[in-house]
Amino acid sequence: MSLAMPSLSPARRRRVLPGFGLTMGVTLTYLGIVVLIPVAALVVKGAGIGPARFWDILTAPRTLAALRLTLTAAAIATVINALYGLLMAWVLVRYQFPGKRVLDALMDIPFALPTAVAGLALSALFAGNGWYGAILEPLGIQVVYTLAGVVIAMTFTSLPFVVRTVQPVLEDLDPQIEEAARTLGAEPFTIFRRVVLPVIFPAYLTGITLSFARSLGEFGAVIFIAGNLPMKTEIASLLAVIRLEEYDYNGAAAIALVLLVIALALLAVSNLLQSRALRYKADAA
Amino acid sequence: MTIEIADLTRRFDRTEVLRGINLAIAEGELVALLGPSGSGKTTLLKIIAGLDWPDTGSLTVNGQDWLAKRAQDRRAGFVFQHYALFPHMKVRDNIAFGLTVLPRRDRPSAAAIRARVDELMRFLQISALADRFPAELSGGQRQRVALGRAMAISPAVLLLDEPFGALDALVRRDLRRWLRDVLETSKTTSIFVTHDQEEAFELADRVVIMGAGRIEQIGRPDEIYDHPATPFVARFLGLSVELPVRLRAGRVEAPGLDATALPRRAMADGPAMLFARPADLAPVPAQDGPLRVAAISSTGALLHVQLTDDGGLAVETEVPRRRGLHLSLGQRVTLRVEAGQVFRDGAPAETPAETPAADSRPVPLRYEHSSKESLR
Repeated sequence: MSLAMPSLSPARRRRVLPGFGLTMGVTLTYLGIVVLIPVAALVVKGAGIGPARFWDILTAPRTLAALRLTLTAAAIATVINALYGLLMAWVLVRYQFPGKRVLDALMDIPFALPTAVAGLALSALFAGNGWYGAILEPLGIQVVYTLAGVVIAMTFTSLPFVVRTVQPVLEDLDPQIEEAARTLGAEPFTIFRRVVLPVIFPAYLTGITLSFARSLGEFGAVIFIAGNLPMKTEIASLLAVIRLEEYDYNGAAAIALVLLVIALALLAVSNLLQSRALRYKADAA
Repeated sequence: MTIEIADLTRRFDRTEVLRGINLAIAEGELVALLGPSGSGKTTLLKIIAGLDWPDTGSLTVNGQDWLAKRAQDRRAGFVFQHYALFPHMKVRDNIAFGLTVLPRRDRPSAAAIRARVDELMRFLQISALADRFPAELSGGQRQRVALGRAMAISPAVLLLDEPFGALDALVRRDLRRWLRDVLETSKTTSIFVTHDQEEAFELADRVVIMGAGRIEQIGRPDEIYDHPATPFVARFLGLSVELPVRLRAGRVEAPGLDATALPRRAMADGPAMLFARPADLAPVPAQDGPLRVAAISSTGALLHVQLTDDGGLAVETEVPRRRGLHLSLGQRVTLRVEAGQVFRDGAPAETPAETPAADSRPVPLRYEHSSKESLR
């Protein structure tokens, strides 16, 4: 041959970044051991119970009451956090004021604080002789040992989700886009509804979903303030613990499985909505 | 739509961004605000749009006080440098936005909006892009969409901030001609901001040159090019060689300088500064010339010839290569001036010009006085 031909076939091109096999392998193994296998075990355990028994456990009045309370409280807490979190993210991104960095740091306290500590602090505050309780109880508002208490605990622990997911997206939103909308005649609320909200919506939705999922499973903070009265203020995850302590593994697994299904369904719906909302980015490269 | 701007000032903290702007723009005119960055031109544009507010002064459009109006109520179409298209809307919806946000009683029917958008897209030659998202468009296409969006509201005035700033050179030239046609056809009063002299001169009916928050000169492109009114404008337009000279009986004089090509100028005797483009200076070999050729470099068509004198003066000249072949390093030369501008030193550059167009009247050496056709 007079010409030097390339000896490598084009199919065996080398990757630019090394270590793909190793890092991917470690990632998948870890994900499997830490996340997938426990979840699968739960599903297998739940499936082993048998449909009739499973249905009995679920429809027992105490289970239903616990699930209803958990879902109601989580829903209310999520609505509060969705509104307040958006407001907070807006304030943190859009305005300059002294102490902004401190406020920004405070936002992470619910994440950093052990939930039991939060629960203790909240129940002390809202008890009849606590700072808040002393004001609220004479007005006839009982927080401790009620749905309100559960909601407050859940609100506290899942507060940062919406703030922390919306904040970066809001920061990236070009202020000129809003200026453009203004010159085109849009009123402030229209700008928010038609320009700002659609852009931050996917992140907002993620924050809301995470906030709801976290509230569903919140345990440490809630049990201190809820009083845990069966049929009244007993949350689902606590009921699962109680069943476990009674050696009723099937009962615990059934309740846990329901919570798992709700959480997964939520994530699925959220992802679907997100991919729809983000379709304008799909082809961008 | 006539726009009248009077005594407009704006400061950010301690920086005076606008220091008294006076400008009148006639119906249908295409005006360029030209200046280096930091000259306040974008701030002026934003004030006209209602996206920024002056500290003092007035802005009147068709007799209406626009400073009393919010941006929403002005109908000023603004095209942003980076387009600021709504990323989550298709091209069609981006263009329709200004119509769909009108209060219900003023809002055209959905069909009417659609028709208007279709018409605009045809006019701007972007019909094929109707169902794409901004992220799927090239820079030039985004520029057209941004223009369409601003034009959809039938703006009282069209404001364009560095309309070609984010585009590469080739697209730039194409789009410049296209924009010129579009604006001419639509007859919309338009103001655009640029730092590119060629762009301003090619597009605009009138060019407003701004420097450090002031208007340095207003005029037709050729007028400004031939008769820069202040040293600032002269430097900005490439009259980069500054030579100390003396005026005597209206003649420019300096040792080793042949200024006979310059017409006499009605200006009192005394020291002055001559501003000239390197291409308007020609080195002429002479035994006793006060200048020496210090460096020669070629760009192919042109020779850049660097001259120095014994006192440390450096002069940059530009000679067509074929006519400069006789020059050699170290050779002594005199300088012939083909064209230039004389300023009495210091004066025009430092004193604030209150009505720049009238007060800081240029003192052109070539003063072809054809009575009416002179400067304003």
